[in-house]
Amino acid sequence: MSEPASPTLRNAPRLALHVPEPTYRPGDTPDFSKVVVPAAGSAPRPDSSAPSADSHPLVNHLVRVLDEDGRAVGPWDPRLSPDILRKMLADMVTVRVFDDRMYRAQRQGKTSFYMKCTGEEAIAVAAATALDRDDMCFPTYRQQGLLVARGYPLVDMMCQIYSNAGDKLHGRQLPIMYSDKPHGFFSISGNLGTQYPQAVGWAMASAIKGDSRIAMGWIGEGATAEGDFHSALTFAAVYQAPVILAVVNNQWAISSFSGIAGAEQSTFAARAVGYGIAGLRVDGNDALAVYAAVQWASERARANAGPSLIEFFTYRAEGHSTSDDPTGYRPAGEAQQWPLGDPVERLKAHLVGLGEWDDERHAALVADADKAVRAAQKQAEAQGILPQQGFDRIGSMFEDVYSDTPWHLAEQRDAALGEARIFLGRDVA
Amino acid sequence: MPTKNMIEAINDAHRVTMAADPDIVVFGEDVGYFGGVFRATAGLQQEFGKTRCFDAPISEGGIIGAAVGMAAYGLKPVVEIQFADYIYPGYDQIVSEVARMRYRTAGEWTMPMVIRSPYGGGIFGGQTHSQSPEALFTHVAGLKVVIPSTPLDAKGLLIAAIEDPDPVLFFEPKRIYNGPFDGHHDRPVTPWARHPDSEVPDGHYTVPLGKARIVRPGNDLTVIAYGTMVHVALAAVEENGIDAEVIDLRTLVPLDIATIEESVKKTGRALVVQEATKTSGFGSELATLIQERCFYHLEAPVARVTGWDTPYPHAYEWIYFPGPIRMRQALEKVMAE
Repeated sequence: MSEPASPTLRNAPRLALHVPEPTYRPGDTPDFSKVVVPAAGSAPRPDSSAPSADSHPLVNHLVRVLDEDGRAVGPWDPRLSPDILRKMLADMVTVRVFDDRMYRAQRQGKTSFYMKCTGEEAIAVAAATALDRDDMCFPTYRQQGLLVARGYPLVDMMCQIYSNAGDKLHGRQLPIMYSDKPHGFFSISGNLGTQYPQAVGWAMASAIKGDSRIAMGWIGEGATAEGDFHSALTFAAVYQAPVILAVVNNQWAISSFSGIAGAEQSTFAARAVGYGIAGLRVDGNDALAVYAAVQWASERARANAGPSLIEFFTYRAEGHSTSDDPTGYRPAGEAQQWPLGDPVERLKAHLVGLGEWDDERHAALVADADKAVRAAQKQAEAQGILPQQGFDRIGSMFEDVYSDTPWHLAEQRDAALGEARIFLGRDVA
Repeated sequence: MPTKNMIEAINDAHRVTMAADPDIVVFGEDVGYFGGVFRATAGLQQEFGKTRCFDAPISEGGIIGAAVGMAAYGLKPVVEIQFADYIYPGYDQIVSEVARMRYRTAGEWTMPMVIRSPYGGGIFGGQTHSQSPEALFTHVAGLKVVIPSTPLDAKGLLIAAIEDPDPVLFFEPKRIYNGPFDGHHDRPVTPWARHPDSEVPDGHYTVPLGKARIVRPGNDLTVIAYGTMVHVALAAVEENGIDAEVIDLRTLVPLDIATIEESVKKTGRALVVQEATKTSGFGSELATLIQERCFYHLEAPVARVTGWDTPYPHAYEWIYFPGPIRMRQALEKVMAE
């Protein structure tokens, strides 16, 4: 019997496990000068129907349109009309104001939970602007901008957050897990990554039926570690599905920095290369670059030229959710140091530079958005806030588990109604 | 009437539904050109084309996940997981997505899909070609679980499952794909052709979901089984000369509680039978329901015949599989109480 090999007896170094650590922790002064930010306009724009390999140099680049002075430069400039630019700006401002109001509503105890997308508004809003209205989006919980940009009523979003009488999901879903088929916004799931292969399947179905609609799926950089990320890319590549797969790399998955998801050794866009999918890496705080990239990928999908993977490089400016305090794991001022700036300010500067916007109009826009959000909030709260909910529609709790109500659910519904009668001292439905 | 084995009946169910509904798509590993490792989808790609029946990458999560997206679009996917033992990589999609879609969207999106998967032991399949994971799905609200035991039921239940608006897990007992199996592994296998339920009508017919079948009427004991164990239980009852009523559940969820209740109240005794491991198996749910609903009619404790609480072993196949000896002991015990 031979002795087991011991590393101390071999002429080899001791092995060492590498556990990635972010450069800065609470108390440190963040310095992002080492983050490589290529000049706006420097990324080439291959033909949208070119072989996927033609895009692969771009997975280590950064598609940027807006330069430091807010000018649109280079081949990716989508040359949008001032009206579209103003609409995007208005939607982004609305999203930010909405987030602030709902964050406050959670702090006031009107609902249980909320998640902001501060700093990432351009990614959903510009994508929605570039897509056709009937393209199906498979979002995560941080793409509320899709709903706003597509004109979904703010009051309906709030009713879902309050789980109140106006909530079309009947109080069954955690706040912000919206669903709206008419606005092409697929039901959000709490389970990360699941919507990624679903987006591919939807796109496959569109191709099977000879439709012209495409699908777009979203995932955060943290959730790219899920197996569903891999299966989605495999299926998208195998069947050349007409799908756009977006990775929103906001640097943070709750408290874990992007290195824990695999960012240290390569970009997330670079994952596309191994699957043979077209890949782009895009400045996520540049609304024009986001628009241009999604437009490019949608042209590609619609031409049966195959799927695309787009990494949107951005920064999660606020906490993960109302249940999270980011000062526990990262420096407080990190967002301000982020080299790609603020998407709202950058789009504003662009419009001002075009002579199509000014500080006065911007102030009026913010005031209007605030007014609209407050009015929607009033209307939503008239239909109830969370602490008042839960007893008036108990019967609904047992519906839609199946298309009909099997005997065991009927029995349990009756039992629950009996409990409620005792609890409330009156009958409920 | 034509005679079919269970594979041919399942194949025919695909053919009948695909011809009638252009939104039905069939895919899975080796399902397309080759026609499936068990031949269940043989000829479908040739007949309906590559966009209706196709091969999938080896990714159960991807197969189910893509099917969710297709159902969201408006198609009716009928997907195959090659062995039930390999369904677990797709479990998140099934439990978190497929099962809950109608509920979490208040009916805005539904999941009219069927997930077919060969299951069960008795074939020297070892640990990963023999499992019976049905309880992992009966425990999940929003899923229907169907298990046929004859070619006649397999076709009718599969057509009903494909046409059902809810997601259905359709577990096929692979031990009885080619012929019924009574647990006597030392005897020659009988083909389906000699069994009356191999007479499978051509064309469209359904066997309703949620409805059990009384395989053998009787008065002294109710034996409740599904899948391969229907045949094992029936043989054991006959061989031991017990006037038992044998019920084939056919659908586990939603359960035909009325048929069970009526039978147990008549016989006063109940034996529940499953291949799956014992603890927290579907038989536990059956035993509890009978105890809750028939307590004052019971003359003996509800008994269970199940697989042991071990992984499914290879060399110990006939010690593990709940066969004639375990059935006889259970029947004697429950009748003696």
